Order: sequence, then structure tokens, then C-alpha cells
Amino acid sequence: MTPFVLERHVRGSSLIHRLDPRAKVGVALAFILSVAFLPAGAWPAYLLLGALWLAIVLMAELPARLIVARLALTTPFLLSAVPLLVTTPGNARWTLPWGWVITDEGVTRTTSILLRSILSVGMAIVLTATTPTLQLFSSLQALGLPRSMVAIFNLMWRYLFVLVSEAQRLLRARAARSGVLRSTKTNKGRASGGTLAWRARVTGHLAGSLLIRSLERAERTYDAMCARGYDGTVRTLPLPPLSSRQRLLAVGTALGLLLVPWLATILWK
Amino acid sequence: MLASRVAMHIPDGFLSVWLSLALWVSAVVILGYALRRTNRALGERHVPLMGVLSAAIFAGQMLNFSVTGGTSGHLIGAALATALLGPWASIIVMSCVVAVQALVFQDGGLLALGANLVNMAVIGVAVAHFAYTTSQRLFQRKPWMLTASAFVAGWLSVFVASLACALELALSGTSPANIAVPAMAGVHALIGIGEGLITAGALLFVQAVRPDLVQNRASTSSTTGNETRAVWVGGLAIAVILTLIAPWASSHPDGLEWVAEQHGFLGNARGPLYQIIPDYLVPGIADERVATVLAGIIGVVIVSVTAFSVGSSRRRRNTTGDATA
Repeated sequence: MTPFVLERHVRGSSLIHRLDPRAKVGVALAFILSVAFLPAGAWPAYLLLGALWLAIVLMAELPARLIVARLALTTPFLLSAVPLLVTTPGNARWTLPWGWVITDEGVTRTTSILLRSILSVGMAIVLTATTPTLQLFSSLQALGLPRSMVAIFNLMWRYLFVLVSEAQRLLRARAARSGVLRSTKTNKGRASGGTLAWRARVTGHLAGSLLIRSLERAERTYDAMCARGYDGTVRTLPLPPLSSRQRLLAVGTALGLLLVPWLATILWK
Repeated sequence: MLASRVAMHIPDGFLSVWLSLALWVSAVVILGYALRRTNRALGERHVPLMGVLSAAIFAGQMLNFSVTGGTSGHLIGAALATALLGPWASIIVMSCVVAVQALVFQDGGLLALGANLVNMAVIGVAVAHFAYTTSQRLFQRKPWMLTASAFVAGWLSVFVASLACALELALSGTSPANIAVPAMAGVHALIGIGEGLITAGALLFVQAVRPDLVQNRASTSSTTGNETRAVWVGGLAIAVILTLIAPWASSHPDGLEWVAEQHGFLGNARGPLYQIIPDYLVPGIADERVATVLAGIIGVVIVSVTAFSVGSSRRRRNTTGDATA
């Protein structure tokens, strides 16, 4: 796995791609905050923000498959809101077997939670799919994240792919030595891969060796950084200056977004 | 492939805004302190060390072993990091892992990131540290001391972090406590076994290969004295309080709901932010149905105008591209 696979949509030329990363991060955060403040059942406001999101997706010219696949990753957690259908007291709408009653209020609350979640994840997807990750980190510094934290993020990102490959090599080595529980045709359904405790221990050894190799790699990295004049500050290429017009536009959009839940509370509650 | 299989990353939309913000503030305060501590202990080395080790834990979460046909055990890493690096450095490392999962892979929300940081990086590490040091003291000089402490630390850190996650959901009125707590606790009691086993195996390996790392944690993060005791006490307190509150909350879901309602936490409760302006001050559209239809129309117009302009600009770009090509 390489960053190129992960960031293959980042090199687009759409309007959203070309926006300043700081402005994008700020507006996306405002959008997510605004969605979080939406009261349950204020459907027009959900519709409005949903339309806005869809418009941004269209403008960014992202493939629908990417959006759907990334959204699908969050679905397991969505299940945790489903019990609300039956546990919220209110007007009965449908009666299920075993005396469970789905209430109107339950439907409103569950749907609102699911919509809020989908909209926020959707916006985060657009943000990361159109912004190079290192620029994302630099924008966070511009928005107040401490310098040393950003430096750690940058190094982590650089080594992530190295160490993921390392982990994959470890797993491949284990698979080659039949440390996997798998029934194949040759072993006629009998599982290979030793006892459960043995498999757990082998995996623990992989984790231990990954950690030790990384510790030693970190020492070498530090030496290499010192050799190149490292004095405690990691110097990265600064982001291009943010024009006051762009800054004004971003702040205005963010404030406008935050007005939506306020209006929604007044109009539709 | 890189998405973690642990059902503990809360997405946005599930927590009440005020709870998310409160947890964000606590995460920032603790993380800031941890950053200062590691910076003081390691000096300029701390940037490469924390960066590479965060990447290592992130990659280590790919390591798994099959338990039976379909299910598998995974490494999460809080206990392993705590045993090798000490609590403060581990808070940083786990925070980086959780933050990058949220920022880049949408594994957990951005507004909910504060809660996820508190659960997995702060609570997970503090509980692991408390469990690891206590059981080491308890099983002194026993040959299985390291195995047992590593397993206990791994299991307890996952289990208690999941309790915190369930209680946050219940407090936000997203999932009733009598369902969220047993479900989360049940699943993570099992996930914790995998975590404990892998942590034990990893520490045995490290002890065999680099015994200095297991014996002398101070080499990577000098955490001695009061601060370490603070983490130890914090871990103890978190473990005790959460394991006491969780069963109480799940047997009295109405009690937690009551607390939530009293503090305006519930999703359908109006935030105090919006109670400042009373209804009658609104100019213009008063009829709810008119407003709904209007919002729908505005939405449709936004989307179709964008779709149209994007389509036409793409066509234009294609034709100019053909001309230059």
C-alpha cells in the first residue's frame, strides 16, 4: 500500500481541490458542528445541508464509488442507534412481535442521528479526498494545533506506509509457515495453525518484533535527522499565504453554516 | 484494510454537542500535558520517536489471529505501548493513532474525536498502566508475572474503554444504557481477550530479544515519581468508577436518561444556544409547511445548478483539452 493509492483523488483540478486547505478545514469543521447542532426532526434543515453536501461532492467531481465505499465503513456503528426505535416513549406507530412498539418519536430520533452521522462523515470524506494529507496537517497547525504535534503527525504519515508494509511482510511470513487457521482441500477441513494459544503467541511475537524494529528505526531516523541539521524543529514547506478575500469567504461560509441549526430550531421546532 | 475492526470509534452525530465539546477540552488538556512531559523527558528525540512509534501501533493494528472460523483477535496497542514506553508517551502515541484514523480514514468522527481520544488514548492508557504496574507488584518474582500483567493490562484497558464509550452514548441519549452497556461490554470483553493474549506474546518476545526495554522503561520515557503515580491513581479511579457506574446505569437506564435530560444532553432536547432567541422574533416565514417546501426548493436548486455548472465546465475542459492535445 502506498500513499498514492490512498491519495489518488487528491490531484484533481476542481474548484474544491483548488481551495486553500485551511479554508477547507475550517468550513468542513463548521459544517460538521452545524450538523451536530441540528435538532431532531427538523427535516428541511437536513435537506438543506444534504443538498449543500451533494453540491460540494458534485463540484469536487469525486467518483460516487469512493463516497459510498467510505460511507459504508461507518455502518456497523449505525446499528447502535437502532434500539432507540423501540425504547423512545411516544405515539405507537407499528407493533412488532414480542410486544415491541416502534414509536413516532423513536423513528424521528433514530433517523435524525443516522442523517447527522452520514452528513458529517460525508463532509469529512470530501475534505480528505480533495486535500493532500500533509497539507491537512499543516492547516491544523494554522488552526492552532501545537507545532510539535504536527511534526509528529508528519513523521507518522511518512512512516505509516513503511510500517504497514512491514506488518504485511510479517503476516505473509506467518501465513507461509502455516500459522493461519484455514481449512483447505489438502488438509480436508482440518484446521492448520496449531492451538489457539500458539496462534495468539505467534501474533504477539509479530507485534513485539514490529515494535522493536520500529524503535530501532526511530533511533536511526533521529540520527539521520541530526546528520541533516535537525535542532528540534521540523521544517516543512509553508502553505501559500491565505488571501484576505479567501479568509473572509471562509469565515463567512462557516458563520452562515452555523446559522442553519439556529434557524432550524426557530422555524421547525 | 486500514480501518480498524474495533467498534469503539464513535462517528459524528452520535454524541450530544456539549458532551463532545467537554470531552474535547479534557482531551486537549491531558494531551498538552503529556506532550510537555515527553518533550521534557526525551528532548528533540521525541518527535521522531513518537512519530515512528505511532505509525508502528497503527500498522500493528493490522496484526490478527483467527480464533475460530470467522472471528479473529486483534491488537489495539494501548497496553503494549504503555508497557514499553510508559504512560505519557503512550498517550501521545495512541492519540496520534486515533487522530489519524479519524482525520484520514474517517474511522471515528471529528467532533467525536475528543471522546475517542479520551476513551482510547487517555482511559485506555491510564487503565493499562494501573493494571500493568499493580499486577507486576502483585505477582512479584513469579515466572508468569510478565504474561499475567500484560494480559490483565490488555484486557482491562479495552474493556474499561468500551464502558466509557457506552456510557457516553447513553448520556447523549443515542443508545439506551441497558442496551449499550451490555452490548459494548460483551463484545469488548471478547476483543479484550485477543488484545491481552497478543500483548502478552509481544512482551514475552521483547523480553527475550531486548530485555532492557521491558525492565527499564525509563530509557524511552522517564516517568518516575509523582506524575506516574498520578496516572496510576487516575487509572485506578477510572477503572473503579466506570465498572461501578456501568452496571448501575444499565439496570437503571431511566436514571441516566434523567441525568441526561436534566443537563439538556438528549438529542431531542433543545440546546441552550437556541433558547436565547424566542420564537416570536423570527421575521418572515412563520408557517411550517411553507418553510419546509421552501427549503426543499432551495435544496433542489442548489444541487441542480451545481450539477449543471460542473457538467458544462467539464465539457468545456474536455473540448479545450482535445484542442490542445
